[in-house]
Amino acid sequence: MTTVLFVVFGGSALASALLAVTRKNPVASAIWLVGMFFGLAGVYVVLEAYFVAAVQVLVYAGAIMVLFLFVIMLLDLRSKQLDLEASPRMPILGVCAAVLFVVVSGMALMDAHDAGIFPDAAERATLVLDGSPEAIGADLFGRWLLAFEVTSLLLLGGILGAVILTKRRLT
Amino acid sequence: MATTLDSLLALDFPGAALAGLFLATGDLVEYVPVLVMLIFAVLFAGANLGLSFVLGAKGKTNPVKEAAYECGMPPITDAHQRFSVKFYLVAILFVLFDIEVVFLYPWAVHFGEKALQTFLFVEMLIFIGILFLGWWYVIRKGAVNWAQE
Amino acid sequence: MMGLLSSTQVATAPIFAHIFSRADDGSANFGWVIGRILLVLLIVHVLLILGALMVWAERRVSAWMQDRIGPNRVGPHGLLQPLADLGKFMFKEDVIPGHVNKVMYTIAPLISTIPALITFAVVPFGGSYEMVDGKEVAVSWQIANLDIGVLYILAVAGIGVYGITLGGWASNSKYSLLGGVRASAQMISYELSLGLAIVPVVLMAGSLNLGEIVAYQAENTWLVFTQPLACFIFLVAGYAETNRLPFDMPESETELVAGYHTEFSSMKFALFFLAEYANMTVAAALVVTLYLGGWTLFGLEQLGWGMAVLIFALKTLFFMFAFIWVRWTIPRFRYDQLMNLGWGVFLPLTLVNVVLTAGAIALDQTWLFFLLPALCVAAALFVAYMGLKREEEQFQPLPTAAGEKGSA
Repeated sequence: MTTVLFVVFGGSALASALLAVTRKNPVASAIWLVGMFFGLAGVYVVLEAYFVAAVQVLVYAGAIMVLFLFVIMLLDLRSKQLDLEASPRMPILGVCAAVLFVVVSGMALMDAHDAGIFPDAAERATLVLDGSPEAIGADLFGRWLLAFEVTSLLLLGGILGAVILTKRRLT
Repeated sequence: MATTLDSLLALDFPGAALAGLFLATGDLVEYVPVLVMLIFAVLFAGANLGLSFVLGAKGKTNPVKEAAYECGMPPITDAHQRFSVKFYLVAILFVLFDIEVVFLYPWAVHFGEKALQTFLFVEMLIFIGILFLGWWYVIRKGAVNWAQE
Repeated sequence: MMGLLSSTQVATAPIFAHIFSRADDGSANFGWVIGRILLVLLIVHVLLILGALMVWAERRVSAWMQDRIGPNRVGPHGLLQPLADLGKFMFKEDVIPGHVNKVMYTIAPLISTIPALITFAVVPFGGSYEMVDGKEVAVSWQIANLDIGVLYILAVAGIGVYGITLGGWASNSKYSLLGGVRASAQMISYELSLGLAIVPVVLMAGSLNLGEIVAYQAENTWLVFTQPLACFIFLVAGYAETNRLPFDMPESETELVAGYHTEFSSMKFALFFLAEYANMTVAAALVVTLYLGGWTLFGLEQLGWGMAVLIFALKTLFFMFAFIWVRWTIPRFRYDQLMNLGWGVFLPLTLVNVVLTAGAIALDQTWLFFLLPALCVAAALFVAYMGLKREEEQFQPLPTAAGEKGSA
């Protein structure tokens, strides 16, 4: 049953993503992207990573896409303006980029597999998967403490950057 | 009566092959009612719109009905105008502080452990402190002060 | 508190045991699945009926406050008025103006209604006490007993923003777009305070599961007594999230016609309306669950499962009434006042509250839990007093005809 659900959610995420990149209307693209995030959240739930699923919807679909929508509405992008900037070489470049991406990520995954990051069958039998907030809390504030503190600096940088960049336009 | 109902409800789903159909173990099964509720909500809203489309009076259109409403006058300019950049700033600040809130939740749940409490408290104090600096900068610069145009 | 009525041991009807708890190995049987689906149907219907009730209540209560009668012709005391309204909405011409973006225009009300209805999946609307490992434990009844209940609610609340933004944008009208974007900016600003106000609750209860939060409050004290600031901020942020006065600038009838739903008519408008009332119901239910003990009332709920549901219903109805009460009492905030409040006052207050609560727990000084609220209340009273004093000083009567200032 989990396989069926995974296919359903993963497939819908894929379909939404494809629709998102082929729409002419930028707002429609943004909405399909939100749909993709929901599909992804469904996949996370099937994988029993409940916290990540909730955060995916909360932060990505609920905050970042709202930002995207605001920007699209703010810039008032229209189809005609976008067509002017498209060149006939775009599809070829797109295909090249996609091939490059597949090759590089494939190589990265193979390297990771050789380094032993993915657990083999014996390890998988004893692996305890816990997606609950308690487990994430324990890990986040134990093993990944430094990364967590650095994240606050990253966020601070984001805040300062956003204010500085827009302040120039306000004053 | 109660006992027969009881035993009826205690039945396992007929057919062992179908037993896996409802994700028998773990918390995953709790999400099935959420999915069901979502489907019902979509069906309800969709049915309402469909019903209104079917049942609604069909009138002829005229140019006045088609135009945007601007207190009775013909609309002056096109709808899309440039917006104040403050909306963009609010959205981006919301993203950043939302991430902070998201970090606070596993921390709050994990805080129950007595042994680590002081350590966790100091950790989070630093985190919130750094972001508080960011907030203070935002307020000082008047970035979300809507009155300041 | 809990042992008060333990002699009248709870009569949990066996039917509920199968619906609300799974077997020991965590598996869910046939009865569980069917029971939950029926429960979903029941709750959705209750929410819709409550929405209709709110329509009636709003008109009657506002009339009562304005010293008039309100609708009382249709049905006893006008109770069937919402039904008449529904009929009107259903049979009205479904105008899709020519200038709108047809697809977005049609799905915007859907996107508004769906989160409003599904948020209720994790709210514990009743419960009973059961013996678990020899201890009496409060077991809550929810449609879905999610361990991440609080996050689920925040996530779904975040989706509600899209309906309004899209509705405003799809209408292709200046007023709608402005109203939509302002409403979204307002909602996301207060979503932060909403989320942060729940953190002290999670700190004290130690779980994101709403059922466990209620159980914590049943064992200890209601969280409104130890976290009054968080409760107040949650309530106010709830008003802002549901776009209710004093935060209804985006749909202010006097300024933006009707804001983001200017161009919507008949059922689409009704769906926006319904979504707003459903959101109010959920916000009221959440205040009750997170801060006011949910379905518990100092031991009275042990009389039976019906009592628990009744207690929850009464508390929620009171807060729904409070929504209406506040709307017809307080004038609306200006948009800049609104944003300054959200970003400049609520955000730092909630952050400081989180730090202080965590500090009090870490120091294990339980008396602090009653000191901090007392300080908050004292500070609030002080601020109110200073505000009133300043207004009194600033009020200068108009000069008389001879040019002299009148006496104070």
